[in-house]
Amino acid sequence: MAVVGTDRVKRGMAQMQKNGVIMDVINAEQAKIAEAAGAVAVMALERVPSDIRAAGGVARMADPTIVEQVMKAVTIPVMAKCRIGHIVEARILEAMGVDYIDESEVLTPADDKFHVNKRDYTVPFVCGARDLGEALRRIAEGAAMIRTKGEPGTGNIVEAVKHMRTVQSQLRKIAAMSEDELVAESKNLGAPYELLLEIHKTGTLPVVNFAAGGVATPADAALMMELGADGVFVGSGIFKSDNPEKFGRAVVEATMNFKDYDLLAKLSKDLGTPMKGIELSTLGANERMAERGW
Amino acid sequence: MRSLTTIGILDVQGAVREHADRMRAVGADVVLVKHAQDLDAVKGLILPGGESTTIGKLIRKYDLYEPIRSRIEQGMPVFGTCAGMILLAKSIHQQDDVHLGVMDITVDRNSFGRQRESFEADLNVAGLSGDAYPAVFIRAPQVLAKGEHVDVIATYDGHIVGVRENSMLATSFHPELTEDTRLHAYFLAMVNEA
Repeated sequence: MAVVGTDRVKRGMAQMQKNGVIMDVINAEQAKIAEAAGAVAVMALERVPSDIRAAGGVARMADPTIVEQVMKAVTIPVMAKCRIGHIVEARILEAMGVDYIDESEVLTPADDKFHVNKRDYTVPFVCGARDLGEALRRIAEGAAMIRTKGEPGTGNIVEAVKHMRTVQSQLRKIAAMSEDELVAESKNLGAPYELLLEIHKTGTLPVVNFAAGGVATPADAALMMELGADGVFVGSGIFKSDNPEKFGRAVVEATMNFKDYDLLAKLSKDLGTPMKGIELSTLGANERMAERGW
Repeated sequence: MRSLTTIGILDVQGAVREHADRMRAVGADVVLVKHAQDLDAVKGLILPGGESTTIGKLIRKYDLYEPIRSRIEQGMPVFGTCAGMILLAKSIHQQDDVHLGVMDITVDRNSFGRQRESFEADLNVAGLSGDAYPAVFIRAPQVLAKGEHVDVIATYDGHIVGVRENSMLATSFHPELTEDTRLHAYFLAMVNEA
């Protein structure tokens, strides 16, 4: 008898995306460019994060028409975002048949205390995290994939680096701890003991972990892979560049060959102007998307 | 002492480490194949699960396409799982272009539906002894048609999901996602007999 929506099926889907690039797209035409550039999946959005920043106001789930058009345009998996804690947006996306839901801090949170109970859904979820405690809380809620948050829509890699280094360092610390210390560390991180025990044994997160939030060049993508990411989300970077197709291909190749520096040099040539980017110190506390999530 | 058989895992994108772990668990030596010269030491090759459109583009880009194809044609055993099955197929339903095009099967991509329809099921696989095999299907393909030299080794609900043609083995499901290593052991035996 067939069983759907198991942890293995949900997490396995993310495992098939490893070493790949997931690209933000806002219409069918961009989705086709992303697929042709070698993306392993696309994220269907109404606006990319940098435009959400520019527009201000409340950012919500995309119009289902856009998501449907993207689903029709490509054969690779399609992801879509719901607001943090918005149980109904998540159900709508699931009903539409999107392949993965991103419960995302890029949108304005719908619940200031709780995330979606992702175990209740057949569709898998990816969630953002700044540190291991946040990642493990999301996994406990049923997230089948994690992405470090970075600071979306800035074209500035510094926060993505900080969050990835933080998670990797905390993983190493737990692997090296004595088992006696795990309960206290679980309290310290605000994360379930059972997940810490699993990490203590395996040394890795129990789900795939991509990097997101600020990747603006092929070298940025390679940097995140070097720091231990399983793959990369690129949001505003690709379709805000001068030549999205060439840029997208370069990011895909850089992600898969992140240690081949001769190739990276070649890939970085003549890409035109990347997105301008935002220096983080100019962002007020209420403009930081990464702070959203509990 | 008998030296270990070296199995290559195509290391472009997808569930590479999972296959490498399972092959080591059944006693093989593993080489990750990123460049054509990595194939030299390899006696058999695994094409892992991942995104077939992405992997298909990149093996051409990195000049892996011809070397892999010619090694398979010379008889190197190969095992394709999910995307790997699509890479091997001579024909892809409703699609003009194919990838390696070496195995006499027509596959239908995402044949069981989207991710929410992805499932686990226990199957009987010809050639494996013991309990039913725990098969994990993720946006999986199925074999719609096959040539006369292709043997069906597994079906699900009447659909063909496992095939063997001489030294080529392909499954719609992901043996790399379970702890059951019998299919990896089966492939290793194929390589040792070749």
